[in-house]
Amino acid sequence: MRRWPSIALLLLCLMAGAALTLPPQPALAQSEQPDQPLADPVMEARARQLMKDVRCVVCQAQSIAESDAGIASDMRKLIRVEIAAGKSDDEIRRFLADRYGDFVLFKPPFKVSTALLWAGPFLLLGLGGVTMVLFFRRRARAAPPATLSEEELRRVTAALQETGEPATRPDHGSGA
Amino acid sequence: MRRLFFILPLLCLAALVVLFWRGLDPARDPSSLPSVLIGKKIAAVNLPGLGARPGINTAEFAGDVTVLNFFASWCAPCRAEHPLIQELAAMPGVRVVGITFKDVPVDSEKYLAELGDPYAAIGVDETGRAGMEFGLTGVPETYVIDRDGIIRYRLAQPLDPGRLKDELTPLLLDLTQ
Repeated sequence: MRRWPSIALLLLCLMAGAALTLPPQPALAQSEQPDQPLADPVMEARARQLMKDVRCVVCQAQSIAESDAGIASDMRKLIRVEIAAGKSDDEIRRFLADRYGDFVLFKPPFKVSTALLWAGPFLLLGLGGVTMVLFFRRRARAAPPATLSEEELRRVTAALQETGEPATRPDHGSGA
Repeated sequence: MRRLFFILPLLCLAALVVLFWRGLDPARDPSSLPSVLIGKKIAAVNLPGLGARPGINTAEFAGDVTVLNFFASWCAPCRAEHPLIQELAAMPGVRVVGITFKDVPVDSEKYLAELGDPYAAIGVDETGRAGMEFGLTGVPETYVIDRDGIIRYRLAQPLDPGRLKDELTPLLLDLTQ
């Protein structure tokens, strides 16, 4: 029991030590090389839009607009330089895709190798639709459940009369 | 038709088993990307040399089997692969050249003085713009370019003895034939 205070003290010392040995928060790479926005707000808006569509090749799940990786910062710079030089968005996209592959674009272009990627969901949807239509058509075509013949009805009525229940004809609402 | 409904789920299951089994392969790296530049002509890159060394002009690569290695003094894995780059440089008929990626030239000089300089030429890419021409994602990266200036191989990670023996050496022997 007497051990508890010393353990608590030890833990406290360890925590304090850990806090002290933690390096001071390193300055973000971006503050060393600030992303210089373009002077023209229209061009800057285009650049920002394009950055959202370009994947960071290091972080992969992030766009270069949100990544802190060095290469993402380089790509942002490249996009601004190219836009300032009068390149169109498509030209810049093609430039990056030629070097990094279609993977670098969050929205890959439609071509033979990506056809399944783009058309796949619609194909599946169509397949499901066709299956559904076939299924319901077949069900509609299937013979409706047979109703009781006169002979059967008489027997059921007789049986029910023995137990005292009233007999009703179990037909399908056709009134027949 | 009834048989199809029985077989279809089994086929789907089999396909999924194959898919997941492949996903469990420890040698598979889902984040590794195929290079689109393999089989393509090397980009035109012209870089000044480091110190008094000749620089890099990719137009002059034609006629030689070239190993192009991107490195930097601040990159620890570059240090680790350096002895293997030296081994490559010792191969007959292979021209090993380097590009320092976003490095301070003084630091690159120190790095080479310490570890040795296996490069026949070294270009300085201080901004990383040349790296972008190669679809570089980081350092180190190693490329093999054949005599016609076509990129034949790309390694987007440090070179290791296994890859040197199984991938690079056979390819270089084949190309220098």
